[in-house]
Amino acid sequence: MAWETVVGLEVHVQLLTRSKMFCGCSAAYGDPPNTNVCPVCLGLPGALPVPNERAVRLAVRAAFALGCAVHPRSIFARKNYFYPDLPKGYQISQFEEPLATGGRLEVVSPERGPFTVGIKRLHVEEDSGKSFHDRVPGMTAVDFNRSGVPLIEIVSEPDLRSPAEARAYLTALKQVLRWIEVSDCNMEEGSLRVDANLSVRRSGEPLGTRTEVKNVNSFSNVERALAFEQGRQIALIEDGGAVEQRTMTFDAATGDVRPTRSKEESHDYRYFPEPDLPPLVLAPQWLNDARAELTELPAARTARFIRSYELPEYDAGVLTGSRAIADYYEAVVAAGVPAKEAANWVMNDVLGLSEDGETLPLSAAKTAEVISLVQAGRVSRQAGKRVLAELAQAPERAALEVAQELGLIQVQDAGQIESWVAETLAAHPAEVERYRRGEVKLMGFLVGQVMKRSKGKADPKAVGAALEAALTS
Amino acid sequence: MTDFRAAASAAAERIAACEAKGTHAFLAWSGEIMLEQARALEAARADGPLAGEVVAVKDVIADRWFPTTCGSRILEGYRSPFEATAVRRLREAGALVAGKTNCDEFAMGSSTEYSAYGPTLNPVDPARVPGGSSGGSAAAVASGAVDMALGTETGGSVRQPAAFCGIVGIKPTYGRVSRYGLVAFGSSLDQIGAFGKDVRSAARLLAAISGRDDRDSTTLDRVPLSEPGPAPTSLAGTVIGVPREYLPEGLHAGVRAACDRVLKKLKELGAEIRDVSLPHTKYAIPTYYIVAPAEASSNLARYDGVRYGQREDGGLADVRAMYRKTRGAGFGTEVRRRIVLGTYVLSAGYYEAYYGRAQRARERIRGDYAKVFAGGVHALFTPTAPTPAFRLGENLADPLQMYLSDIFVCTANLAWVPALSLPIGRDQGLPLGGQLIGAMEGESTIVRIAQALEAAIDKTAEVR
Repeated sequence: MAWETVVGLEVHVQLLTRSKMFCGCSAAYGDPPNTNVCPVCLGLPGALPVPNERAVRLAVRAAFALGCAVHPRSIFARKNYFYPDLPKGYQISQFEEPLATGGRLEVVSPERGPFTVGIKRLHVEEDSGKSFHDRVPGMTAVDFNRSGVPLIEIVSEPDLRSPAEARAYLTALKQVLRWIEVSDCNMEEGSLRVDANLSVRRSGEPLGTRTEVKNVNSFSNVERALAFEQGRQIALIEDGGAVEQRTMTFDAATGDVRPTRSKEESHDYRYFPEPDLPPLVLAPQWLNDARAELTELPAARTARFIRSYELPEYDAGVLTGSRAIADYYEAVVAAGVPAKEAANWVMNDVLGLSEDGETLPLSAAKTAEVISLVQAGRVSRQAGKRVLAELAQAPERAALEVAQELGLIQVQDAGQIESWVAETLAAHPAEVERYRRGEVKLMGFLVGQVMKRSKGKADPKAVGAALEAALTS
Repeated sequence: MTDFRAAASAAAERIAACEAKGTHAFLAWSGEIMLEQARALEAARADGPLAGEVVAVKDVIADRWFPTTCGSRILEGYRSPFEATAVRRLREAGALVAGKTNCDEFAMGSSTEYSAYGPTLNPVDPARVPGGSSGGSAAAVASGAVDMALGTETGGSVRQPAAFCGIVGIKPTYGRVSRYGLVAFGSSLDQIGAFGKDVRSAARLLAAISGRDDRDSTTLDRVPLSEPGPAPTSLAGTVIGVPREYLPEGLHAGVRAACDRVLKKLKELGAEIRDVSLPHTKYAIPTYYIVAPAEASSNLARYDGVRYGQREDGGLADVRAMYRKTRGAGFGTEVRRRIVLGTYVLSAGYYEAYYGRAQRARERIRGDYAKVFAGGVHALFTPTAPTPAFRLGENLADPLQMYLSDIFVCTANLAWVPALSLPIGRDQGLPLGGQLIGAMEGESTIVRIAQALEAAIDKTAEVR
């Protein structure tokens, strides 16, 4: 019997708020340690939390984008555990009555194509501080700047069937969350963190015992770690062993997944409703406003690009990789460039010039200028590419000016082209004779000779037309 | 213009005299700091409603001028970098803060004997406890050192010591006073309350600290309470319920006699006395001793030695060893008992059987009150405590007996309703307290009734 892998993901995402979840401290990343702190996020005696409405708004927006039911009344709860970077000895989270439940995300599986992943729940919580075990020899240092930064936790249903699907889900999730400006989803800065639950079973059997893999710092490592864990579990069972439910940690250096020390996993979080905060009650109008803020989501926009611009599925996918790219593409089209032509330029040339594949190096208006120069025959396709690269360095300049300066403007002056043609025909009487006897493929050679004579400056289309006219007269 | 400096000096002398007798009402106080505050108020030409009043503050309430130890070793020497909203409002009202008063450790106790810094003596009889947990504040007022003091309640910790010391104590509706800066014990029960030598001073103090605070999401969205009016001479039209569960068979004879005298007086004042029932009262103590320790076990988790307070490093072996040593050495017996109890009732597998059921019992208790008040009763009258002040050490060996001294007071905390205790006579020289419980947000009603009653009875007369 074939093995089936079952994966569910818990993703923590930091929200793009200026201030923290329950106090007014800055939520900025990378400031000097312990500079963005106050009695509330340090858990000093007597301090009390006050919810950040903006954070709730972003969480609700994410919930709507993921098709969740957003509950007009939800409950904050305390998750109790001791850790030096958890200043109150509990994390304010949500447990029994979360903000949102029952959503879905469309994902394209590399193995079985488009499918839907269920979203079990989405809730709001606060981040902990950060421990550093390597800064001070023999000691642990704690930075509380992150303490109280707003997070949402998004828990998927166990609908993923392979490590590659897990990665595809994360890619789609990140795309949506960035699209709606809820989070920058930067794994390196920890604004997106993944815990993965994986179990294996033989097809048709009930779910196997799962392990939780933590400490994975990139999407590709999620795939690696899960592939390792999947292999480990299958080998274990095939050897007659049994999977033990426990927490595993991924070692990026070796690619291994190993059990964490058993002490750390015997948590009983003793959740109970947070008595310092009344239930989170969201008015119907407020919820409607939050829903109205949602722009067209990636999947819908991809579909529209295919429909309205008659783009291939692949192009539509690339061009909706982020909201900025999609907006850019539509601006180029709006400037009068034909849809497919605009798609080619944006995908190949503009994104080719981008250092990270998403930052757009010049404005859509400039790109449209360059394309129109090419389409009008003023510069060649190749020359247009050069002009684009030049403009990326000097975005304030005009495309035409750059093309002229680089000497890329094609000569279209009929008199000039006719005289080059006449000179060429005079210089190659044998070829002219052969052409006239029916060797039409010599046209290419003749165009090349005219181009050479013009030092490459003649518009090849105009040259072809002039030659044709001269040879048939 | 108020003579703030004279007020400060006079208070310093009275406090010194009180403490010289060994009362130990204060954990920290300072004539110097009072003078400094007086000069600041003078410079600001302060003329608020409490201008020149000297107020003592229970040590579980944060203030920048004095340490905030909560009567615990674990916070010995701890200074809060911010002041509680209630303390800020006191100063804005023109009051001087005299110092911090003794209390049971983290407000857990009914006698102030669980303070890590030694007990407070009852100024009426130094062989007796002042009650607790706000015993230091009650003793400070009862000894005449100050006219007003802030206490806190989780389960009767203002009203019970007010009764034991022969003064007035008010616990407001939950959410009436900001908890910002009140060191949490049982967050869903905790409220700052007011002590006064009489009903008027307690009510004035409460008015000054009441009102919505953006820093405490559980405060009621209401304007502050107004100052009390003159004492009414008649209670005609007022219906006072007497819940039969609060006057049980076998009640202390002195307590019963005092209550009988009050009910007679209330009738003479024109009030209608009505027999009522709060049938879920019997669940109050068990419910309280699940909810409060559960919340406490979480609220006290932050005292781990990592960021502030006392730390026992455990030889730096590992952080768990440091936690164990720090918390083992820093917390006293009663606090440890409640943390263990609270941790247990919240544990997986026990949550529903204890915490879940306690929450439902609490709903019933709240429902009892709602029903009685919806039936036209304006206030309830009960004894505050089942006995007069007990002797120092008398209940220390028996925690359950100690818990039962709060049997008449803790339901108001569970139900969030306001309640006050006022002196209603003495038995063999020991003060007895009577309790008036109001409907939600009914502070002004119980204050008015208490004022009428206070004017009509001799609070120091022997009741039998």
